[in-house]
Amino acid sequence: MKELMKGNEAIAEAAVRGGCRAFFGYPITPQNEIPEYMSWRLFEVGGTFVQAESEVASINMIYGACGAGARAMTSSSSPGISLMQEGISYICCAEIPCVLVNMVRGGPGLGGIQPAQGDYFQAVKGGGHGDYHMIVFGPQGVQECVDLMYNAFDLAEKYRIPVMMLGDGMLGQIMEPVELPPMKDVSQLPKKAWATDGTGVGKGRRIVNSLLIEPDKLEAHIKHLEEKYAEIAKNETLYEEYMTDDAEIVLTAYGTVARIGKSAVHMLREKGIKAGLLRPITLYPFPSDVFLKTAQKDSVKKFVCMELSSGQMIEDVKLATHMLKPVEFFGRNGGNVMTPEDIVDFITKEA
Amino acid sequence: MAVVFEKTKMLTDTPFHYCPGCTHGIAHRLVAECLEELGAEGKCVGVAPVGCAVFAYNYFNCDMQEASHGRAPAVATGIKRVAPDNLVFAYQGDGDLASIGMAEIVHAAMRGEKITVIFINNTIYGMTGGQMAPTTLIGEKATTCIYGRDPEKNGNPVKMSEMLATLTGPAYIERVALFDAAHVRAAKKAIKKAFTYQKENKGFTFIEVLSSCPTNWGMSPEQALQFVKNEMQNFYPLGVYKDVEVKD
Amino acid sequence: MAKITFNNEACKGCGLCVLACPKKLLQISSVSNKNGYFVAEITDMAACVGCASCAMMCPDCVITVER
Repeated sequence: MKELMKGNEAIAEAAVRGGCRAFFGYPITPQNEIPEYMSWRLFEVGGTFVQAESEVASINMIYGACGAGARAMTSSSSPGISLMQEGISYICCAEIPCVLVNMVRGGPGLGGIQPAQGDYFQAVKGGGHGDYHMIVFGPQGVQECVDLMYNAFDLAEKYRIPVMMLGDGMLGQIMEPVELPPMKDVSQLPKKAWATDGTGVGKGRRIVNSLLIEPDKLEAHIKHLEEKYAEIAKNETLYEEYMTDDAEIVLTAYGTVARIGKSAVHMLREKGIKAGLLRPITLYPFPSDVFLKTAQKDSVKKFVCMELSSGQMIEDVKLATHMLKPVEFFGRNGGNVMTPEDIVDFITKEA
Repeated sequence: MAVVFEKTKMLTDTPFHYCPGCTHGIAHRLVAECLEELGAEGKCVGVAPVGCAVFAYNYFNCDMQEASHGRAPAVATGIKRVAPDNLVFAYQGDGDLASIGMAEIVHAAMRGEKITVIFINNTIYGMTGGQMAPTTLIGEKATTCIYGRDPEKNGNPVKMSEMLATLTGPAYIERVALFDAAHVRAAKKAIKKAFTYQKENKGFTFIEVLSSCPTNWGMSPEQALQFVKNEMQNFYPLGVYKDVEVKD
Repeated sequence: MAKITFNNEACKGCGLCVLACPKKLLQISSVSNKNGYFVAEITDMAACVGCASCAMMCPDCVITVER
C-alpha cells in the first residue's frame, strides 16, 4: 500500500528499514525533518540518536559508530556537508561504510535555502583532501530515494565506502506516494571482522585508522582504493535512458531536474523535435559508457546538460562523450528552478 | 619471590616512540593497567588523538580508532552509543582537546557521555615542534611565543578541569600529575575511579594529567619533572573537581 | 629480598628511575643498547626492597620487580 510521505521523512524511514540504528546530526534547512524523524523513530527500534554540537562532531560520531560496526547515518545540507569534508576524507581512507544525505541548497557561502545542485563537484570529485571517492546517488523522486536508501547500507558495507544521497531542497520537501519496503532484520547482518566492537585482543585486535605514514604503504592503500572504485564502477553504475532510441537532442540531468527534463522531452516531441533524456542515477560512478555509446550514435546531434548550478556535471558529460557531439548547457542558479517551457525555449531558439 | 610489577598485558610489545623521559609512557601504562584490573580485556575500545599520542593505537592492546584532530570525544561518543557495554576511552593532548577540539570535549561532557577522557596537559604542542598550546603558562616560552607567553599578545591559558566541572554531565573530574612515584600511584587511582564510574553508568569522566615534555621545554627529564611539580602545579592545582558520589 | 630486572632494549636512559629510587640504588650505566641509549642499572641488588618506585616512574615499562 502506498503512503503519502514527505521526501525527508520517507528517506529517514527507508534508512531505518534498511538497518540504520544510529543517527548523528545537526539542524540545517532544508533537511531538518530527517533528524526530527530519527530523534523518536530510532529509539522505537532500539537505536540511538544524538543531536551533535556541529556537523564536524556529527561526521566524527559516524566515524566512531560505523567504525565500531554499526549502521549509522547523518544528513545535512550544503554548508554543513562542507564542514564534514575532513571527516569524510578520513572515513574514506579508513574504509568505514556509512550513509550520508545532502539535501543541497543554494551556495556558495550561506547562499539560500532553496533547491540547488551546486554541490555536485564536492560530492563526486572527493570534496575533502586527498584522493578518494564515495558512491553518490542523485535520486529523482521520493520513491527512488526510498529504494536507493533501503539498500544503501548493504552497498556501503559491501565496498566499505560511504554512500551519499545527493538530493535537493525540492526532493526533501515534496510529498509523494511511496511504497515502503519491509524492515530488515539487523540481527541477521553479517559480522564485520574489521570493526572495533570491543572484543579485539592481541593479534586479533582491530584498528580503525587513516594514518599511513610510510609512503609505500600509503601509495599501496591508495592503489587499493582505486581498484575498489573501478570495481564499483563495473558493478554499481546506474542510469536511466528515456526516449533516447531515436533522439537527436539528448537532454541530460540528474535528480529533480531530470523530471522537469522529461516533461520538456514530451513538449519537444509534440513540436516534432526528437528529444530524449539520459539520466545518471549514480553520479559517482558516472555512467560514462552509456554517454559514450549515445554520443557515437549517428542520430544524436547534440547534448543539452541541465543543472541547478553554473555547470558542474557538464564536465563529466564532456569527458564521457569525448566531445564527439556538442554539449550545451542550460542552468538556473540561486535556488531558482527552470520550467519545462524554459528548456523548450532554450532548445527551439538554439535549433 | 613473586612478580610484584611487570608490564601489563593491556599494552602491546611495541616500544613507545616517545622521547626519553616523556611521561606519556607512564600515562599509557596507567590506563592499560586499569583496563586490565577492571577486566576490560575484550570489552573496551580506545580512541587515539592527533599529536604526540597519535600512534597510541599501536600500544593499547585492544580495539582502537584513530580520530581526526580534536574529535576524539565525538568518535568515542559514536563508539559508546552503539555498544554501551564496552569501556570506551579517548586519550588526548592539550592542543587536541583544549584548542581544536574544545567544542567536542565540552559537549561530550555536557551530554554526560559515558566515556573516559584522559587529558594529557604538558602546556605545549609536542608533535609539531613546541608551539604555544592553550595551556601554555604565562611567561613560558614556546616556538610561537619565543619571549614567553604574554597575555596581551597571546591570551591566557585555560583550566579544563575547572571549566568542565561547572557542567552537570560529568560524573568525575580529577587533575593528577606524574612527577614522582607517589603521584603516579595517585594518578592511577584516579583513572581507575573514572573507569569504574563509567562501568557504573554514572556519566562522563575526565582525568587531566600534568605531564612533562623535556624535548620541547628544552630541559633534562629531571628538570622537566621539577617544572611539572613547581610551575605547572601552581597554576593547575591537583585535586578532585567533580565527584557525583560526594555531596557538598 | 627483592629483585629488579631491566628490559634493556626498551630503555631510553632517561633516568627517571634513578630519581625515583628512595635508596639511590640505580644509575645510568656506560652500556648502550641497540638504539644507542645508555641503559639504567642497579648498583646493589641486595639493598633493594622491591618498592617498585622505579618501575612506577619508568615511561617505557623497562623494569620488572619481584619480591
